Amino acid sequence: MDLSLIIMQLLSGIALGAVLVITALGLTIVFGMLGVVNFAHGALFMIGAYAGLYLASLTGSFWWGLLLAPILIGAFGMLIEFVLIRRLYGRSIDDPLLLTFGLSYILVEGVRIVFGSDGIPFPTPIQLVGVLDLGIGFFPRYRLFVIALVAVVLLVLWLTLEKTRVGLIVRAGARDPTIMQVLGVDIGRVWLAIFGLGVGLAALGGVLAGPMRSVNPEMGSLVLAEAFVVTVIGGLGSIVGAVVAGLMVGVSVSIVALFAPEMATIVMFALMAVVLLIRPQGLFGVRGRTA
Amino acid sequence: MTHPSSGEALAKSSSGGIGWLLEQRVLLSIAVLALLPWLLPSQALAVNVLIYGVVVMGYNLLFGYTGLLSFGQAAFFGAGAYFTGIAIGRFGVPWFAAVPIAVLLSTCLAAAIGLVSTRTRGIYFSMVTLALAQLVYYVALQAASFTGGENGLRGFTVDRISLFGLQVNFLDPVNKYYVLMAFAALAMWFQSRILNSPFGAVIEAIRENEQRARACGYDVERSKLIVFMLSGAISSLGGCMLALHLSIVPLDILHYQTSGMIVMMVLLGGARSFFGPFVGAASFLILEDVISLWTPHWQIFVGAIFVLFVLFLPKGIWGTPLDMLGIGKARP
Repeated sequence: MDLSLIIMQLLSGIALGAVLVITALGLTIVFGMLGVVNFAHGALFMIGAYAGLYLASLTGSFWWGLLLAPILIGAFGMLIEFVLIRRLYGRSIDDPLLLTFGLSYILVEGVRIVFGSDGIPFPTPIQLVGVLDLGIGFFPRYRLFVIALVAVVLLVLWLTLEKTRVGLIVRAGARDPTIMQVLGVDIGRVWLAIFGLGVGLAALGGVLAGPMRSVNPEMGSLVLAEAFVVTVIGGLGSIVGAVVAGLMVGVSVSIVALFAPEMATIVMFALMAVVLLIRPQGLFGVRGRTA
Repeated sequence: MTHPSSGEALAKSSSGGIGWLLEQRVLLSIAVLALLPWLLPSQALAVNVLIYGVVVMGYNLLFGYTGLLSFGQAAFFGAGAYFTGIAIGRFGVPWFAAVPIAVLLSTCLAAAIGLVSTRTRGIYFSMVTLALAQLVYYVALQAASFTGGENGLRGFTVDRISLFGLQVNFLDPVNKYYVLMAFAALAMWFQSRILNSPFGAVIEAIRENEQRARACGYDVERSKLIVFMLSGAISSLGGCMLALHLSIVPLDILHYQTSGMIVMMVLLGGARSFFGPFVGAASFLILEDVISLWTPHWQIFVGAIFVLFVLFLPKGIWGTPLDMLGIGKARP
């Protein structure tokens, strides 16, 4: 097999992985802070894609959709935390999971009512249509853009968490919420913001994935399973883990698709099973909380 | 102390006179199920309640009694159905052999998935079971030569049940219901035996306090694996019943939405109660039936009702009144 072909497929895998990283990151940040796994994450990813598509057609520009959809859906996520999830803190850890699962039913069916059950094509922004000559082959411009944008978002997130006062509060809150309250931080507001951020990241993933997959009400269900695989491999609650595992899954799926297309979806689950057998807490997970 | 008090002992101590009645929970449940075709608006609904009731009952062993929230039970429900269909349609195995073979193979699948997933705890367990069950879904999708892929499994029909010289026309809905009810009765007897055994007490001890159960000397990991397999075995029997009933196996049966439906059913009815799964399955299916009469978007209402149950009625339709009457501990 041609080496350049493999390198191109590798790049494809990184683009695919980049979307997974953003989506899984939302899931893992929320878990790290709130101890809640959001089963509606896939549905919110799907709603993000629809919102991006709708806003893009409303404003006539993909870029407004890309900017506004994560913000709007993030705000919607905050509403969900405020109205529903907040009531469940202190109850069994299963309860938020069950509640968000019920919520995903409502969201998926809601989208079916508004936009119909059929898939809608998501046009690639005009500036990014076509391919770029990389010397060894041609690569879609849009996918390069996705990789670059995700890298920027990751950098901003990392700098915020590590270098700012807000980031300090967030990291401390994940360690010990009680002490934070004693120190006079309103932890409820931090949780609200973090949940909004997590949902916003899901929506961003949805908008970015839009032009690469078709947009339909069921697209979230596969994404949820993929995001779970990534967070389990990386270690739930670990940001570095989500990044490494997301890229790892994206690349393995792409490479396997080259040699055995019918195994492409299966390989990531197999990867997860292997990681679980060797390191139940995930590659970057902390032992005790989950395994 | 040798064993924590078992369910049976609790029944005796908590409610003297009623206690005797509650011990007959299997017979009482069978009696209710026997009347079901006449209580529900349609025969088809009654058969579905029976099938999903068994599936959810098996799942209840895992979620209600052991406290393990799995999102992958569809794998065993589906495996039971597929193995039954493949055994009958492809290998010409008679139905009475196909069912035990299917349950056995599904239990092996449960052992494999359980071996990986029971190494994890809490929310992780839910995510891992979901992912592994999706793996089974994609394998079934790809192995189209065996499973029929997207079109589902077809080409096996059981029209006649014969046992010990007795011939029953299986196409008659009433006959079909009572033949399948025999399977359900067997499953209920088995489940009740598990719950009344010392092992039943151990899994409840694990739910209440895993560390304490471990400190008492119980092998928590092994118990979880065993209960995972038992639960998978009972749910797979529901799958066998579905295959015999429908004569096709739709691929969707393996999707995690089916696992989610099983979770919804157990919560609607009431986890940790013996008859709750049947109440939950009946409520869910009736809701679906009624709402889909006037809107195709019944899922939005089911989702909303489920959210309200999680928020305000976590013990479910059957579990809540039992709890109020103070006989919840006996788990009828």
